[in-house]
Amino acid sequence: MNIQLHRVDYLILIVYFAFVLGIGWALKKFMKSSSDFFLSGRAIPAWICGLAFISANLGAQEVIGMAASGAKYGIMTSHFYWVGAIPAMVFVGVFMMPFYYGSKARSVPEYLKLRFDEKTRTFNALSFAFMTVFSSGISMYALAKLFELLLGWNFHVSIIISAIIVLVYIYLGGLTSAIYNEVLQFFLIVLGFLPLVLLGMKDVGGWHALVNKLSGVAVSNGFAPGTWTQSWSHTGAASANPMGVEWFGVFMGLGFVLSFGYWCTDFLVVQRAMAADSMSSARRTPLIAAVPKMLFPALVILPGMIAIGLHASKGGFIPLGTDGKPDFNMVIPAMLVKYFPPGMLGLGLTALMASFMSGMAGNVTAFNTVWTYDIYQSHINPNKSDSHYLKVGHVITVVGIVISIGCAYLASAFNNIMDMLQLVFGFVNAPLFATFLLGMFWKRSTGHGAFWGLIAGTAAAGLHWALTVPMGATHWIKGGCLAHLHVYPVEMAQNFWAAIYAWTVCFVATIVISLATARTKTDNELTGLVYSLTPKIVDHHEPWYKRPATIGAIVMAAVVILNIIFW
Amino acid sequence: MQLDIRYPMGFLFGSLGLIITAYGALTNHLTLGININLWWGLVLVVFGVIMLLLARAGSAKQNNNNPKP
Repeated sequence: MNIQLHRVDYLILIVYFAFVLGIGWALKKFMKSSSDFFLSGRAIPAWICGLAFISANLGAQEVIGMAASGAKYGIMTSHFYWVGAIPAMVFVGVFMMPFYYGSKARSVPEYLKLRFDEKTRTFNALSFAFMTVFSSGISMYALAKLFELLLGWNFHVSIIISAIIVLVYIYLGGLTSAIYNEVLQFFLIVLGFLPLVLLGMKDVGGWHALVNKLSGVAVSNGFAPGTWTQSWSHTGAASANPMGVEWFGVFMGLGFVLSFGYWCTDFLVVQRAMAADSMSSARRTPLIAAVPKMLFPALVILPGMIAIGLHASKGGFIPLGTDGKPDFNMVIPAMLVKYFPPGMLGLGLTALMASFMSGMAGNVTAFNTVWTYDIYQSHINPNKSDSHYLKVGHVITVVGIVISIGCAYLASAFNNIMDMLQLVFGFVNAPLFATFLLGMFWKRSTGHGAFWGLIAGTAAAGLHWALTVPMGATHWIKGGCLAHLHVYPVEMAQNFWAAIYAWTVCFVATIVISLATARTKTDNELTGLVYSLTPKIVDHHEPWYKRPATIGAIVMAAVVILNIIFW
Repeated sequence: MQLDIRYPMGFLFGSLGLIITAYGALTNHLTLGININLWWGLVLVVFGVIMLLLARAGSAKQNNNNPKP
């Protein structure tokens, strides 16, 4: 597949990146302290933080990957939104943000230091710092690979140009520049992909025609007719749906452990809320983000469903991979080529590029904050002036980008190393929410309990991987290297259950070890960090639409209705 | 706030919309019977103008709240 760009497409690309760099330049004069650079001076309004909160998560994996999943699994992919995101976003906004924001912690690892101890913070900071530069490198690699494939652009040139653009606007404007550009990217992605969906729906003949076409797709794959257009009806057994997961795995593995572990503890997204201008704004940030997030399946999953429907009825819509089967990762590029003439094509490709870059920039800003505050200031060079840490922030931004470039080349050379690293990060992340849940809502939990609970949960995830395997796996990296105690129908089910085991082991181990060890923090020290010891926030004076509990209830009601409509 | 993001956003989408609309009017390329460049370009222009109007209203409100001595 090779796309020919016209001058107008290049003009659109250049205009967009001129604005991106211009925002960084305009913000340069405001970066006077480390707080300005790393925390935006805690001066960003709620609506901007909310859109940045969702945009930081709106990387290429979301746009390309969810469209591919929409083609492969149909509307069941919406579980990643309506079960695997919204409830956790409401929970972090209503219940957890008062502790993150109110404790004045500058990062999520720093909250762990205030609540537990230094070793728990360092474990989290180190694993998070490695994970963010690695993820940034993966985004860079994916962007260069895709644009080499689509446009014939040189792989090395794509890597260097994307790295320089992200470096310049973060170096100049810090977190504020990243947040402002994420807002720009959010609207660009929505306005760039919405006409794609509208034209696709017109081409397929509307929703009812799409449902008919997808019934044929389901039957031809050996499933019940409604499998591609009903999200819960076929989750009674793992073998009854293309995702290969049953309702409990979806609800507990994705909806509770993985989802809450990401949205409630990942500093990449929480940092956007911590930059808000008030406690009320910080709490509303994830709730504001939840509204577009709830509607995103229409933007990123529906194109995949349209593509597979048209591919089944007309043939040849989705390009074939090297194995002769449809390459679902090419759904979005194929639709861009089919529906967008020069002009709109430039807008669509710019939106695609923006989604890659928002993933890179979000990771780099989270990395430079955690490195400077939680590793450098805590362990390497404490008690220096604020201007010293501001300088370190600038230097580490450059270092972070350079390491990301290294990771991108590592990914291009050794695919298995990348799979292995992602696997290990999965082990570390799965139990994390248990630590935060007990830390915030049980004052008896101790630093030793938290640290060894995390280690036990991580070990449980590793052991589960070594003892189980997904069906048809041919490489040791998929698991089962010690024994095959259980064979999962698909890899996704293995991931969901690994998360459930890791979380449970961490939760139980933290409780047991906490009860066996002495508390080192007094009630006074835990005020503002633990629910039972923190004065409740009174927001009766706020209008109803600014009260987090009210917004959260409305969002949850809306998501329940969406689940029922597409049951 | 250090910089009202709605200003650059308004100018960006307004200018992208103008480029795409002008190109659509010149080429008259139809997709499924629609000149998507022309119409979606106009949508972008309208979005850009709304952003600029909101930014101006925000600036006026801020000036009223913090009058210069």
